Amino acid sequence: MPVRSAYLDYQAGTPVLPEVFEAMRPFFMADFGNPSSLHQRGLTAREALAQARQQVATAIHAEMPDDIIFTSCGTESANLAIKGVAHANQRRGNHIVVTQIEHPSVLNSVEFLEKQGFTCTRVPVDSQGFVDPEAVRAVLTDKTILICVHHANHDIGTVEPIAEIGRIAAEKGIPLFVDAVASGGWLPIDVQAMGANLLSLSPHRFYGPKGVGILYRSRRARLLGIQHGGVQENGRRAGTENVPAIVGAGLACEIAARELPMRAAHVARLQKKLWDGLRQNVPYLCLSGPDPGPGRLPTNLNISTEFIEGEGQLLRCDFNGISVASGSSCVSKSLKISHVLAAIGLDHALAQGNLILSLGKDNTDEEIDYMIETFPKIVSVLREMSPMWDAFQKGVIQSVLAPRPTPA
Amino acid sequence: MSESHSLYNATVMDHFMNPKNVGDVEDADGVGEVGAAACGDIMKISLKIKDGRIEQARFKAFGCGSAIASSSMATELIKGRTIEEALQFKNQEVVDALGGLPPVKIHCSVLAEEAIKAALEDYLKRHPEKAPQANKA
Repeated sequence: MPVRSAYLDYQAGTPVLPEVFEAMRPFFMADFGNPSSLHQRGLTAREALAQARQQVATAIHAEMPDDIIFTSCGTESANLAIKGVAHANQRRGNHIVVTQIEHPSVLNSVEFLEKQGFTCTRVPVDSQGFVDPEAVRAVLTDKTILICVHHANHDIGTVEPIAEIGRIAAEKGIPLFVDAVASGGWLPIDVQAMGANLLSLSPHRFYGPKGVGILYRSRRARLLGIQHGGVQENGRRAGTENVPAIVGAGLACEIAARELPMRAAHVARLQKKLWDGLRQNVPYLCLSGPDPGPGRLPTNLNISTEFIEGEGQLLRCDFNGISVASGSSCVSKSLKISHVLAAIGLDHALAQGNLILSLGKDNTDEEIDYMIETFPKIVSVLREMSPMWDAFQKGVIQSVLAPRPTPA
Repeated sequence: MSESHSLYNATVMDHFMNPKNVGDVEDADGVGEVGAAACGDIMKISLKIKDGRIEQARFKAFGCGSAIASSSMATELIKGRTIEEALQFKNQEVVDALGGLPPVKIHCSVLAEEAIKAALEDYLKRHPEKAPQANKA
């Protein structure tokens, strides 16, 4: 009898496609040349980079391949975008605008810059994670040199109104950086339509390899490199290029753009099935972020189970062959709940009962069925152990999600 | 399939997956509850005390793997102790008995100690005459 399992953490990483792996393979041992070398071996590698650059540019509707910079990961792309633009523009101004629920690679980069004399405004979001473009406009000053708004949120899946924010940014002549790490490969990316001057992607989220990141930068956005040395990536990012990973990234982008409609439809169907199944079978369960639909990343479900804690759920899922993630404080090394859940005003006890599920193109109905069958049992066992559940059943405390009317 | 790994050692995992003494003591002699859901950790300990010894100890917990394992182990460790011995209970005993906890999880064992102490204090508040004497016979 096959052991049942469900992999529901694809946003943390996806397997490399077989054709991507094959495309990468020659560059490890046969075509191992350094793209900076001027001999045949080097030129072969250089040509491979150029092709990858073109593939990425085409996939995201960039004007030119040279608008693409390869880094080591999505986090480095965010660091380069933010610190690179800040330093290039510091004579013009020192104010940066972000949303409260940006990824830590954005928020921590900005915090670092604040210690160096830059200032930052963190625009709040509503209870579903949406940022209001007018709220962004309201905080722009003549010292603002960068706006950072993510395309879709890694935690709660909210799809932000990028095109409107892009129009505001263009009107004010302020560069807009769009972190598309969570959305790349799952929502269409068109940097022209978005009005994005900078945009980051992480290929290992869409069946490319780890060890490579992408930063799109339109020539209109001035940027200084933050890693110095040689003149790779047009002087924007020194260091010998990870040729195999870049080759893989290029092909993964090309395939992702082509297959996106099918992949997105597949995960959206399973997302709906999974959410319907869980909420029908687990009482006192809530979803954070927008309802599944156009306002939400089709891969992501962020659920909180009342009266029990998240890491305990995660461990029991793992024991049953189900891989998930959690935003509870017990899971983070800093022992703080997810800043995203805090920003949307989620009740702290519910934030502690948090699980993040993310789907991929390889998920099957069988995996979804298995999760729907198994999770309610896990919840039952943990609730039996929980003093909160006990107190709730005795009427000592109320449910935050479904407060009982006071008895007559 | 490659071998399986776990976040915690085998003892901690066992006390998490198959915790001992889950529940509430009926007609408990002492009950202590510490922590808060908003912090991610609540532990409730209830005790049955007979002839100056802890005859039964049960726990309920809202918390992570370490929290549940610490509570389970704590109730195992204090069973059979006298009040005086139980008042000496230290979180390090839980950590040692579990074979170690990740540094960031040590506070779970501290909470277990506090829950035990709270249950004992509750008992002594109800029965001040049972407090251990300064000089033993």
